[in-house]
Amino acid sequence: MINKITSSALDALATVRDGATVLIGGFGTAGIPDELIDALIECRLRELTVVNNNAGNGDTGLAALLKTGAVRKLICSFPRQTDSHVFDALYRANQIELELVPQGNLAERLRAAGAGLGGFFTPTGYGTALALHPDGSPKETRLINGRGYVFETPIHGDLALVKAERGDRWGNLTFRKAARNFGPVMATAAVCTVASVYEVVELGELDPETIITPGIHVTHVVPIAR
Amino acid sequence: MNFLNKRDKAAIAQRVAQDIFDGAYVNLGIGMPTAVANHLPKGIEVVLHSENGILGMGPQPAAGDEDFDLINAGKQPVTLLKGGAYFHHADSFAMMRGGHIDICVLGAYQVSVKGDLANWSTGEVGAIPAVGGAMDLAVGAKETWVMMDLLTKTGQSKVVSSCTYPLTGLACVRRIYTDLCTLSCGPDGLRLVDTVEGLSHADLVNLIGLPIQPASSAGH
Repeated sequence: MINKITSSALDALATVRDGATVLIGGFGTAGIPDELIDALIECRLRELTVVNNNAGNGDTGLAALLKTGAVRKLICSFPRQTDSHVFDALYRANQIELELVPQGNLAERLRAAGAGLGGFFTPTGYGTALALHPDGSPKETRLINGRGYVFETPIHGDLALVKAERGDRWGNLTFRKAARNFGPVMATAAVCTVASVYEVVELGELDPETIITPGIHVTHVVPIAR
Repeated sequence: MNFLNKRDKAAIAQRVAQDIFDGAYVNLGIGMPTAVANHLPKGIEVVLHSENGILGMGPQPAAGDEDFDLINAGKQPVTLLKGGAYFHHADSFAMMRGGHIDICVLGAYQVSVKGDLANWSTGEVGAIPAVGGAMDLAVGAKETWVMMDLLTKTGQSKVVSSCTYPLTGLACVRRIYTDLCTLSCGPDGLRLVDTVEGLSHADLVNLIGLPIQPASSAGH
């Protein structure tokens, strides 16, 4: 019998080790899996690489994780926010590495990982300072039908933390409004995907036509209070 | 130089909105261009795209009706119109890169005569870089339009022969809407579309310091 429902977020994160790459869903305030991030903080891991669109807001969630010093490197598209003071201070003190990635390249690099691709050529970033590797060397480029493209590689996660709305014991998930954002893509790109849900339902209760992430991509479903 | 007829932000937004056609799929980025939504001509249907996974984005909700699972690219609460849809980030950006968005309107630090865009970084030492979806939008939309003041606070033209700030995209901008004029740009350089009343073509050439072809009688 398959039962991916895991009542304890800590149990769901038991396999994660120091140095892991952790994909964290969410965009701004929508879809941030705060409860799962809190459990990750409790794991007291070090040297993590975290992938998220932003770099944390205020002092909770991702910002709280950053504050513990658990994160060595952040891969994101838009770290600067009015309330990203935790990241800002770490960055200015050279205590965190930043890989800045155009947002669509971030999403597609995750998709490529989940889809088993070795990378892709994209027009986004061609001819700009972001068509460089983190070490400053140029990324591979190619002219295709007269247009310039940059070669981007996949981003694989050891762990993905996503916030869903409803889930069943097979791990099928639905999302709510624009809180979907990176969740379904990150769920495909990690070895272990943990999804928080507000509601656990019986198998068959989710309309198969409306399941956004099929359970094949999900390792643990953690119920949380609304 | 003081221009009495200078367009304020709302007037620039209104000028941009005049050129948006019925049935267009439009992305208004973040910040200043989002005001275009308030000026869309009556009687046309325009579908607004938000990079975080929304088509059919509606205006901001009434106070008390905010839903923080329903926000725009600038992270402000919005609403969904009838017919609207949600999708994930990879689909949202595939929509851009795939050329399915008709028009995107972005702010800018500089635009070159050939349509190179610089809008994500001033290259200031110590500043925290952030790019978001700007590079994807700039090269992905069928037409990228810029909305900005023509001059910097110190009177320098933001329309330049070549950008000195870090680039967002090469040769991607088609139209430049400003407080003083509307220009087209591209492989053939700058062309005048309109100026505010009282500002002549010669005045504008003087301000920008670059050649500008006269408005084409055959439209643009």
